[in-house]
Amino acid sequence: MESNTPTADSTPAETARRADFIKVSRFNFYYGRKQALFGIDLSIPQREVTAFIGPSGCGKSTLLRNFNRMNDLIDGVRHDGEITINGRSIFDPRLEIIALRRSIGMVFQKSNPFPKSIYENVVYSLRIAGQNNRKTLDETVERSLRGAALWDEVKDRLHDSALGLSGGQMQRLCIARAIANKPEVLLMDEPCSALDPIATAKVEELIHALKREFTIVIVTHNMQQATRCSDNTAFFYLGKLIEFDRTAKLFSNPAQKQTEDYITGRFG
Amino acid sequence: MDLSTVTHSDIFHGSMARSGTRAVGNRVLNVLCVVLALLTLIPLVSIIVLLLQKGLPLLRWDIFTQLPPAAGMVGGGIGNAVVGTLVMVGLALVLSTPLGVLSAIYVNEYAPNSRLSNAVRFVAKLLTGIPSIICGVFAYAVVVLTTGGFSAWAGGFALAILTLPTIILTAEQALLGVPKAHREASYGLGATNYQTIWRIVLPDALPAIMTGVMLAVARAAGETAPLIFTALFSQYWLQSLKEPTASLSVLIYNFSTLPFPHQVQMAWTASLVLVILVTIANVTAQLVFRKK
Amino acid sequence: MQRRKIDFFKLLCRIASVATVATLAWMILEITHQAWPAIQKFGLGFLTSARWMPSRDLYGVLPFLVGTSVSAFIAILFALPLGLAVALFLSEDFLPPSIRQAIRFTVEMLAAIPSVVYGLWGIFVVVPLVQAFGKWAVTHFKHVPVLDVLFAPPAYGNSMLTASLVLALMILPTITAIARSALVAVPPPLREGSYALGATRWETIFRVLLPAAAPGIIAATILALGRAMGETMAVAMLIGNSPRLTWSLLSPAGTLASLLANQFGEASGLQVNSLMFAALLLMLLTLLVNLAGELVLRYTQRQTAGIR
Repeated sequence: MESNTPTADSTPAETARRADFIKVSRFNFYYGRKQALFGIDLSIPQREVTAFIGPSGCGKSTLLRNFNRMNDLIDGVRHDGEITINGRSIFDPRLEIIALRRSIGMVFQKSNPFPKSIYENVVYSLRIAGQNNRKTLDETVERSLRGAALWDEVKDRLHDSALGLSGGQMQRLCIARAIANKPEVLLMDEPCSALDPIATAKVEELIHALKREFTIVIVTHNMQQATRCSDNTAFFYLGKLIEFDRTAKLFSNPAQKQTEDYITGRFG
Repeated sequence: MDLSTVTHSDIFHGSMARSGTRAVGNRVLNVLCVVLALLTLIPLVSIIVLLLQKGLPLLRWDIFTQLPPAAGMVGGGIGNAVVGTLVMVGLALVLSTPLGVLSAIYVNEYAPNSRLSNAVRFVAKLLTGIPSIICGVFAYAVVVLTTGGFSAWAGGFALAILTLPTIILTAEQALLGVPKAHREASYGLGATNYQTIWRIVLPDALPAIMTGVMLAVARAAGETAPLIFTALFSQYWLQSLKEPTASLSVLIYNFSTLPFPHQVQMAWTASLVLVILVTIANVTAQLVFRKK
Repeated sequence: MQRRKIDFFKLLCRIASVATVATLAWMILEITHQAWPAIQKFGLGFLTSARWMPSRDLYGVLPFLVGTSVSAFIAILFALPLGLAVALFLSEDFLPPSIRQAIRFTVEMLAAIPSVVYGLWGIFVVVPLVQAFGKWAVTHFKHVPVLDVLFAPPAYGNSMLTASLVLALMILPTITAIARSALVAVPPPLREGSYALGATRWETIFRVLLPAAAPGIIAATILALGRAMGETMAVAMLIGNSPRLTWSLLSPAGTLASLLANQFGEASGLQVNSLMFAALLLMLLTLLVNLAGELVLRYTQRQTAGIR
């Protein structure tokens, strides 16, 4: 997938940044007969953090998992409508799903490092792409672990088992693993829900740093987290997109009553 | 009734009825149950005692290097029988392990809900219930009748049919035991089915698969019925897989009904060796499994 | 290029699966094919005729069908109460965990002992015992109706009774294991409810636990029955191998499995076909029994899942 390489950090040329880097159009999604998403229209800007919020079962994770077509792994799902990333449809039959997934990184709710060494976890995506050059792998490991703010903590034990890390470290390792192949998009499905406050703070700090390079979409049920981390927020309810706006605006002056009810805690 | 002496255990186990027929009945049944349960110890103790008593005397290193004694002769050993058992169990594993593991992979990783997968599971369950002698009959029809003679191949084939269902069922369990999260992480990183299976799933499931294989070995080593008219027996060292082959189990069978005390004692010694072998295989399986 | 590599492996796995399913089909077809001459000649009369005479090329398996059923039945008769007792023992806490562990280990060891070793042991321990019992029974039951037929003289050592007793020991682990899981799977609320109403341990067991675990225990019995029917070596070494149909438990008899074990090695011509026919019958019989047991087992698993 081609992308527009940014020239420098905050120049007008930055507007080469697409406002609809991820574009969802009239998207409906079904688990068998049950419809889970209803007519979603959404444009997610490049290199910003967009949060999906809403009560359990509202469809935010379902939509997220469509971006890298992880839902294809489930039997009996179908959809209609369109999702494009950087202008290219992800459902294009000529597009190999493998290639799509390699250009998108995903971090799951419960960290799931492989029962391998830290090193092998990070380079997994390179190895499956056939890249086995020791030098390249070493460089990638350092870059990714630095990018995930984990390098200093593990640089002396890269070949130890990943399962010996703490919960927060494991999740940062999963982030390192996800960014190793330099994806363009980073999807995070409630990445901090299993972490303690200190680990959570570290990950949120990380997200701020990562958005310089990646387009980040984060699903969270923690509204404070959404206000802390995200530039844009989308509120979902019962499979429909209720409201989408800049985070500051959505939380201070929501346009929809449902949004207001949710963020003031009247339901959820 | 002095409630101060009543314990939590009393209340929970309903032994508060300390008097009357209810209590007596309870006590009697308790005793009866314990007696019956301990009764099961007796045969096992008897078997072990006899194995040691009758089998140990002849258990020397040289029995593994010698051939079985001819009728009426003394001396000799069980060497070719041990070799035969190991060889035929090995043949069985060579045939059934790839077939079983690949089937389990298809059923669990590629098409868990397809008709073929359901058929495989069903067939595996049914095959576990087939008497081992039928495996021998089948091998007789397929190998002995077509090649015109008894052979180690026929014995190995029979044992392969015997071990196949065990391997499929334990391999499937092993694959199920790999956390879904690991697979998801792999797919999320853009791996193909093939890569996920070989790099993540199989390595993780390997100990449990090995357990299944060990259990199959334990079972196959002890079987006699599949071998008595496929591999038959032999008084000589194994020269070719296309000839009748000795095995520990058939040796025991043959020798136990002979009217010669020395041969009968050899049968006991062979039994001891066989039971030790089977126990080692079973214990290894448990240990490997627990390590995971 | 990558795509083709993956498909190849999936195809390989698919072929393996098809081969597995085909194996069962092949077994049934091949044995039927081999049995065909005998099926054609004897038809269903094979099952009702009691004459097994290789010298005259006349074959009928009634004595062996009866032998298979009777030995399995007697084995269950002894193994069920014993197995249930052990299962109860293991699921309740009469005695400390260490003793329970010892019993559990015992049962597992019993399950691991090869059939031929049971046969050898049976020859040395059970045969003399049964022979002694037989002599006693023959004199004492001479004038008791029914028993005088069941324990008619002469009292052999290698007899139906001997084989059935050892068979009982061999299927004990099966019954114990499945019955125990059935008992352990009974939801605690049921047990607690009974005790809360003031019932004693055994009242709870008989009125609540056993009925709740009944389907599982039935499954255990059926599966053990299947195992007993297919058991070969110990039976062949202990049952005396006689093709005569007889009522007495103290006389030698035969089962389908022991018939196969004894005669296959040296058979030829129509005898082989007839043995194949017998094998086919044994296979179908055990398949049916195991299928029934499997279905009951599945039913019980659904049942307990519901109560939670």
